[in-house]
Amino acid sequence: MYPSRFRYEAPRSLDEAFALFSELGDEAKVLAGGQSLVPLLKLRFAAPEMLVDINGIPGLDYHREDADGTLHVGALCRHVTLERSALLTAKHPVMAAAAPVIADPIVRNRGTLVGSLCHADPQGDWASVMLALGGHVVAVGPSGRRTIPAADFVTGPFQNALLPGEMALEAVVPAPAGQLTGTYLKLERRVGDFATVGVAVAVETSGGKVTRAGIALTGVGPNNIAATAAEQALVGKPLSAETVEQAARAAAEAAMPKSDHRGSAAYKRNVVATFVRRALARPEALAA
Amino acid sequence: MYNETNTSTYSRGNGIPKEDGVDERRITVTVNGERRVVEVEPRLLLAHLLREGLALRGTHLGCDTTNCGACTVLVDGTPVKACTMLAVQADGHEVTTVEGLGTPSELDPVQEGFTVEHGLQCGFCTPGMMLTAKALLERNPDPTEEDVRWALSGNLCRCTGYQNIVKSVLWAAEKQKGAVA
Repeated sequence: MYPSRFRYEAPRSLDEAFALFSELGDEAKVLAGGQSLVPLLKLRFAAPEMLVDINGIPGLDYHREDADGTLHVGALCRHVTLERSALLTAKHPVMAAAAPVIADPIVRNRGTLVGSLCHADPQGDWASVMLALGGHVVAVGPSGRRTIPAADFVTGPFQNALLPGEMALEAVVPAPAGQLTGTYLKLERRVGDFATVGVAVAVETSGGKVTRAGIALTGVGPNNIAATAAEQALVGKPLSAETVEQAARAAAEAAMPKSDHRGSAAYKRNVVATFVRRALARPEALAA
Repeated sequence: MYNETNTSTYSRGNGIPKEDGVDERRITVTVNGERRVVEVEPRLLLAHLLREGLALRGTHLGCDTTNCGACTVLVDGTPVKACTMLAVQADGHEVTTVEGLGTPSELDPVQEGFTVEHGLQCGFCTPGMMLTAKALLERNPDPTEEDVRWALSGNLCRCTGYQNIVKSVLWAAEKQKGAVA
């Protein structure tokens, strides 16, 4: 399968890239890992005038932590880097749980977290993780730099909040104020498949009470869903069997699954509740 | 820099003449240790450059939708699905295909493992399997069975011969360890 013809540019700096974006606006598409974009081009679901391949721009493949614990993931940081990251293993349990279950190992060698967010596939895993962690995307464009909260970044299936000429530079996860626990649980029919159900849970506790809760769902609606009622069932209370059960039920309520080849709507709803229970029943969560 | 006599044009498919006004790029790719200078249309996929442009047909195209891993090659040592990368993106990089793994008289340990442990049936997924395995053993010379299964989980075998494929890779690991010791 061949994509439609396009112009191809491989800028060596962000300034060069921005010059191309300002010239072509919406008709210039960023090529990072290409693991979603190239298939779309081949199926001719996408036919941009120009591809701007950012792989030759140095300094975008980072993931690093500020002194205050804020995590930054650059536009060229591949899933595999996050999967093998000692930093994530040590300090970012939700991110560390999600990285190894993105697509398959070969796709993870190329694909990027930021690209996955921009692609805005409703089945995408990272968007749920970013929602649960209260993360944001830093975009740079002709009118400068701006911060777009994860909750506002995805505007619809395969649609994001970037303006013509804007590029997502990095994803940012704020430092937790309390003790952070959580995980990402994904049910898939086989490795590499999209999620039948995915649930990201991030809970911060302090003084025996939940100070912040993030619960987000993958694969059970037209977009990734922030289960706000489930989050509210936890905040201000200690984590107990009772509050966990309330959160699990609220999360299942928030899901909008459809019956398909991956399972019935009722089954998926049930998995959502089960995953919330499991994520919060982990010993480190109850001990916190 | 490049050797003009070694320059070949490949962009459209076998025997189709170049169209006027079509953007072509001259790229330099080191394929199996040999520097190749080719002119490609930007939309050409790496898999097509290898198979048709360079006649390296060991790189198989299975699903053509980034699922099956049959087209896996190594780009700078890392397994990549060649149907999901543009040829132009390989400019300046090193590509290893199954043809670069060993020779008939001197098989790579991974190839030997697949022979000894009956790691292939129809053989279609085998090149991708072996290249993924090669990269795994480079990174982790002493993998557990779990490591092998995890590493190969992006390569599908329609014959479902996974049991022997895993054994083949573990055999290759043993062989390599023996060679080092």
